[in-house]
Amino acid sequence: MDITSDLVGVLPPLNSGLATQITTRFISEELHKAGFEKVVVGLSGGIDSSVVASLAVRALGPAHVTGILMPYRMSSPDSLSDAHGLADKLGIPREVFDVSPIADGFLSRKEKMGNTRQGNVLARARMIVLYDFSAELPALVLGTSNKTEILLGYGTLFGDLASALNPVGDLYKTEIRQLAKFLDIPEKIIAKPPTADLWAGQSDEGELGFSDAEVDRLLYHRVDLGFSPDRLVEMGFDKKFVVRVLELIRRNQFKRCGPLICKLSPRTVTHDFLYPRDWGM
Amino acid sequence: MKFKLALAQINTKLGNLEANTRRHEEVIAQAAGEGASLVVFPELSLSGYLLKDLTMDSALDPACAAPLKHLAANRSQTACAVGFVEQSRDFKYYNSLAYLDGGSIQFVHRKIYLPTYGMFDEKRFFAAGDTLRPVDTRFGRLGFLICEDIWHFSTAYLLAHQGALMIVASIAGPGRGVRGANDILGSAASWELLARTVAQFNTVFFVTVNRVGFEDGLNFFGASLVVDPYGNILARGKTFDEDLVIAEIDFDLVRRARAQVPLLRDEKIELTLRELERISREKFLLE
Repeated sequence: MDITSDLVGVLPPLNSGLATQITTRFISEELHKAGFEKVVVGLSGGIDSSVVASLAVRALGPAHVTGILMPYRMSSPDSLSDAHGLADKLGIPREVFDVSPIADGFLSRKEKMGNTRQGNVLARARMIVLYDFSAELPALVLGTSNKTEILLGYGTLFGDLASALNPVGDLYKTEIRQLAKFLDIPEKIIAKPPTADLWAGQSDEGELGFSDAEVDRLLYHRVDLGFSPDRLVEMGFDKKFVVRVLELIRRNQFKRCGPLICKLSPRTVTHDFLYPRDWGM
Repeated sequence: MKFKLALAQINTKLGNLEANTRRHEEVIAQAAGEGASLVVFPELSLSGYLLKDLTMDSALDPACAAPLKHLAANRSQTACAVGFVEQSRDFKYYNSLAYLDGGSIQFVHRKIYLPTYGMFDEKRFFAAGDTLRPVDTRFGRLGFLICEDIWHFSTAYLLAHQGALMIVASIAGPGRGVRGANDILGSAASWELLARTVAQFNTVFFVTVNRVGFEDGLNFFGASLVVDPYGNILARGKTFDEDLVIAEIDFDLVRRARAQVPLLRDEKIELTLRELERISREKFLLE
């Protein structure tokens, strides 16, 4: 793929200071007006959850952010130690909750599930743990899905996509990396290849077949700037790549919506009962 | 005429008229304490912005609305301009701004341009205003606009040519634009450019009063502005935080600016009108 052409635009650098100001204020204000003081963040040892936890600490102070570490018996031990390292660095309370019994209790009764379904079960097991901690503390669950993942549908519905507040959902993966540097996230976490850590040796790039930098440039020109598919090809993006990415966006729209409700009455929730979530706050 | 103007750069509670009215009272008292005789509030300051179906629940009939009367009769006898959802007698809802003084509602501007694109959906819920008049106040002749109104150049032009010495735009401007070399928010940079241009080209004081806080993930960035008739920024509110900006307005500056640069005197209104009529007629041919 030709991505070096002079005609090709680039994703401009993120103003990390401004993005940090806005996202930390978002966490603090949306949390407090909903009547909460604390958040929980699932810490995977990866860059997204590290950035979100770090933003939450800036917004609320370390005592109000609980890191939940949820290893599975097949997870890389490095992930767990990186998550511990980050929690140490941020000085936040943490809970380690091994999801193997929950996940295996389910997985052992099923056969030939394949990686995707197993991955979904793990993501949903972690969601159960996070939401129960959030009820116990009480706290709200912070989401860690970035704009790249949300657009491509690289996440599990009611799993890692579930959260109360997502401060980083409008930042592409390459922007998360810039923000991570600004927030002084350990280089080891920034440098390692992104993985959902759903099975041994998994990497996001290996699964999707393209790099963050490539796809973020494409998404930026398509979604943010409104370039047509033809124009994207003229810019030098490979046509098959364009078609594949646009199809991923379309096909995964359901993950960005609530369930469809069949309209029968004059006023129907989701169709024409349109109240803001911050109703009265 | 000289007076102290206060910009009430506040946060609001969405659809909570009671709490917002109390907040207005506090801010008016505080501004009066600092010597202000006019306090201007952001767009939909009594109700919050992202109302959707709360539009109907938050609406006030100016003829009998307690919160407006209450604020008009404030103890310090401070004049104020407040944003609210107006319910008309024929049950339309307008995104309106009321100018209150001496115990009564002296003037209401109904937002003319309702943005319905991108993150905005105002036409879904509001009717559009269709008049543009200044109001004579104890400070002189003032023009009031609401947010998107000022992105249409004709609005400030029409108010300036009806004698407005100061134009106030109450806004609820969501912050966006955190990429690139700019050191400030993209939308704040756009507003500043616009404000300075409007003031200078119309030789008027131009004021933006923006709110702060979050509604459903949208952030309102503050950074309210007072610009003099030369296009200089006289005062600026904090970015992202609540603020009470006090600025001294001296209309002698308008006189001097217009003496040096008599743009309004030299404006060819009849030519503009003739050409507009032709354009309006021929528009159908062009399409």
